[in-house]
Amino acid sequence: MEVVVNGHPDLNMKILERGKGMKQQMMSKVMVAAAALSLMLAPTVWAENIKIGAILAVTGPMSFLGGPEARTLEMLVEETNAKGGINGRPIELIIKDSAGSPEKAVSFAKQLIEEDKVLAIVGPSSSGETMSIKNIAEAGKTPLLSCAAAEVIVDPVASYVFKTPQKDSDAVKMIFQEMKRLGFANIAVLVDNTGFGKAGKEQLEKIAPEFGLKIVENEVYDKAASDLSAVVAKIKANKDVQAVVNWSVVPAQAIVAKNIRQMAWDVPLFQSHGFGNIKFVEVAGAAAEGIIFPAGRLLIASDLPAAHPQKELLVRYTRSYEEKYKENVSTFGGHAYDAFVIIEAAVKVGGNDREQVRAAIERLQNLPGTAGVFSFSTQDHNGLTIDAFQMMTVKDGKFVAYNGK
Amino acid sequence: MTTELFIQYLFAGITYGSIYAIVAIGFNIIYNTTGIINFAQGEFVMLGGMIAISLLPFMPLPLAIGLSVLMTMVIGALIEIVFIRWLHSPSVLRMIIITIGISILTREAAVHIWGDNIRALPYFVGDEITTIGVLGARISPQVLWVVGVCGVMVFVLHLFFKTTSVGREMRACAANRTAAILCGINPRNMVTFSFVLSAGIGALAGCVMSPITYTQYDVGTGLAIKGFTVAILGGLGNSGGAVAAGLMLGIIEAFSVSVVPLAFQDAIAIAILLGILFVRPHGIFGSGEAARLKAF
Repeated sequence: MEVVVNGHPDLNMKILERGKGMKQQMMSKVMVAAAALSLMLAPTVWAENIKIGAILAVTGPMSFLGGPEARTLEMLVEETNAKGGINGRPIELIIKDSAGSPEKAVSFAKQLIEEDKVLAIVGPSSSGETMSIKNIAEAGKTPLLSCAAAEVIVDPVASYVFKTPQKDSDAVKMIFQEMKRLGFANIAVLVDNTGFGKAGKEQLEKIAPEFGLKIVENEVYDKAASDLSAVVAKIKANKDVQAVVNWSVVPAQAIVAKNIRQMAWDVPLFQSHGFGNIKFVEVAGAAAEGIIFPAGRLLIASDLPAAHPQKELLVRYTRSYEEKYKENVSTFGGHAYDAFVIIEAAVKVGGNDREQVRAAIERLQNLPGTAGVFSFSTQDHNGLTIDAFQMMTVKDGKFVAYNGK
Repeated sequence: MTTELFIQYLFAGITYGSIYAIVAIGFNIIYNTTGIINFAQGEFVMLGGMIAISLLPFMPLPLAIGLSVLMTMVIGALIEIVFIRWLHSPSVLRMIIITIGISILTREAAVHIWGDNIRALPYFVGDEITTIGVLGARISPQVLWVVGVCGVMVFVLHLFFKTTSVGREMRACAANRTAAILCGINPRNMVTFSFVLSAGIGALAGCVMSPITYTQYDVGTGLAIKGFTVAILGGLGNSGGAVAAGLMLGIIEAFSVSVVPLAFQDAIAIAILLGILFVRPHGIFGSGEAARLKAF
């Protein structure tokens, strides 16, 4: 009983702070009454749950993203609740499987905001879905922490919308820097038709001239494509092409690599940060060797120096995830990890209140995550810089840091 | 267009085309004995690949593939016995809804058993980067496996329907069910057998194509749509037509890449389908007179 009595005035004060208008005062009275009632009903276990919603592509063509994200969140919530939750309050996680469909994401977003009244939403997994619910989160005044990469999610900034993966434009710059260093001038661009692919295509086309690169072949393929040999043949026939960039989050990015090598074409192949799942390497097999791509340091956690600010967190995440689920970590699960860490840090400061949490996220500085070290501001809702990326390559079926040739 | 590029497109087209043709033949076999389209045909292809991949750690590749084909055939038979066999003269619509249900059920079962990961069988010869030269173009040896196996399957099926007594009985059921019953043929067994057969060829196709594409629990849907397009193009129930239409569609898709953006590739297939349905609703190779006599 003592615990409860201690908890009660806290709640009262918070409600009084919020309740300024008449209607809100009425509301707070009702809420106090309701709280008092719940105290009577369950006096020993009472605590206001922190409700976190998640809209993730757990199944469907983008299950590569949503699957690890959902598992990561479940693991983190379990761990945090075992330690007594955040500020002594348990977390309630509600995961909705959008199967990668923007239509489903829209209805789940409305449901989570209006019916479940969650504190914040993690996800969606893909850029297309995120863009379709950006306005809903904004109108519903609910913080949205997208696990999708496209830059348009946070540019222009919407006050309630954040994203945890690194910037597309920084990934493009990393790739182009390396191409320039290797002396390439004419490149081919292949993208998938997901929101990620489309956003990547825009950035690639926009930034290429800055690095003196010319895109001589430019193709978009379907996200469910299972063979791309015809289009690879077309690109190969253009003798000007010195390197290929493939920008994709779907399994077809492994197919591209296979189709290129099967045509005995040893062109340098660059991929986006969407390649950061070891399963793509397994499917592409020998064809994945030598692929160059930018990614967060999670994939090479054990090779990092001990003093690196992300080292401890990356190693811990990798160990606990791999022990629990018997599968390799991927950068995608990491994006959900970061979203959770950000919410956790913000709730510690702002409490269980949407507006306070939103403001608290904007004030977070130097928070280590899997994608990089986050420092948010009112203008920057991504919080990462180009340093969050590291160029990597595939060697003997494993991701290793790329140090040039 | 250089000769090399031409050959490269041609091979890409023949590869897609033979896979479409095999799925379409699976549709046709069941259509011929039951008069319905089995929309779970794509799932047989997925099951073939998935089961073979699961068996591979315990046995050599040819055995894994053989056993996977057999197991898929058993699954095909079970599906027919459990869901279709006991229905008394069901309507076409009811049967179609049932097969769509089976397709969803199979897919969901697969995601629970195998998860959502993409998997692939190893290459039958060499690995992902092995390549052979054909008339100046470079292709993976697996492409020859796909084309070869599909070709042999079509040939064997043709012999089966022409020469064996079971094959003749199945054709008899297709031609006239009542007359077949009068001749002492049990059409229910023939229906079960048609499910077994189309599950088997679907599974084998799923195994040979797995290395160059990949196998995931939901690959069946896309294949079923393309296979259905091809089956309609070739004239429903006409297996020779399915082969011709499959190759035609595959080759058109491959060559379309050179003139229109890749993004339109699927639109082309659907545009052709619509065009054909307007001009020749019974398919390019189907007979208009025969089509008028059919219920669906």
